[in-house]
Amino acid sequence: MGSKFKKEGGRGEPAISTASLPDIVFILLFFFMVTTVMREVDLKVKVVVPSATEIQKFKNKSLVTYIYIGSPTDEKLGTSARIQLGDAYAEVQDVGAYIETRRGEHDEAEVPLLITAFKVDRSTKMGIVTEVKQELRKVSALKISYSSVEGITFK
Amino acid sequence: MKSSAPEINAGSMADIAFLLLVFFLVTTTMDSEMGMMRKLPATLPPGTPDPPIIKDRNVFVVLANSNDQLLVEGEFMDISELKAAAKEFIENPMNRITLPEKKLVDVPFFGVKQVSKQVISLQNDNGTSYELYIQVQNELAAAYNELRDELAQNEFGVSYQQLIEKKEKAKVNAIKRIYPQRISEAEPTDVGGE
Repeated sequence: MGSKFKKEGGRGEPAISTASLPDIVFILLFFFMVTTVMREVDLKVKVVVPSATEIQKFKNKSLVTYIYIGSPTDEKLGTSARIQLGDAYAEVQDVGAYIETRRGEHDEAEVPLLITAFKVDRSTKMGIVTEVKQELRKVSALKISYSSVEGITFK
Repeated sequence: MKSSAPEINAGSMADIAFLLLVFFLVTTTMDSEMGMMRKLPATLPPGTPDPPIIKDRNVFVVLANSNDQLLVEGEFMDISELKAAAKEFIENPMNRITLPEKKLVDVPFFGVKQVSKQVISLQNDNGTSYELYIQVQNELAAAYNELRDELAQNEFGVSYQQLIEKKEKAKVNAIKRIYPQRISEAEPTDVGGE
């Protein structure tokens, strides 16, 4: 046999240079920084938004107020749809007050531009959504958006 | 060998970058923020006179029940047929007497043009699923957008979307005057319940 196979641990392979590893990781890091957005709240309800084709991007994200509706993630709370405003569960009648506090955080000139975005789970019944819409009308927060992902709407 | 300043060990740089990367992965979300923009009707002050009654032929009635079935103009319909039906209704190409009336309107770029007096009326049940509601809204919006797009292609040779992107407001508004999006939502019924 002789010298056809080298003995292990003889000379040893030269180590692969890891000097460029930080650069690669930094590229990944920048990719994620650019393509993602900060999570605004901890979701307490399960929301899978429906898909749609006729949708637009928000022009200014700071003007958007989110209302989440879906069944609670905590199963002890049952499965009926709940509303989440900010970081907490809320009832339908709290919607108006929440919109008013959000308005207080903005310039008066910006108030008519504020958008309320519905992030509603696709299996939710329309009853609760309609009630929230009526509350929004009462405080004249009329610009709304139904959050959805781009995709085919039906099979 | 030349003596020089000892190099700083950069081996831990990767670890630092990884830490930052993991931090961003955890605190951010990927979902792009998109949605269907709508405007709610303002609450009417008490004592407002009732709006004028619209002729039946000008109204396209879409009903959705708690079993997620659609009734369009009195006939059962699958969601996949809704867009074509709505387009036919809005445009009324054959001037049928069962489809909306038209009136002559002077529109910039187009001259005097026949514009249909269409209104789409949408009513759902409290038990209708949100998914179907969005699908119906989407199909109706798609019907309008396709008609507007066809018009833009014929008249200006570009798509409606491109007109919006190029901020050609006058042309966009002219198209909107010919195909105004009129979707009215009636108070939901409560037959199916929760």
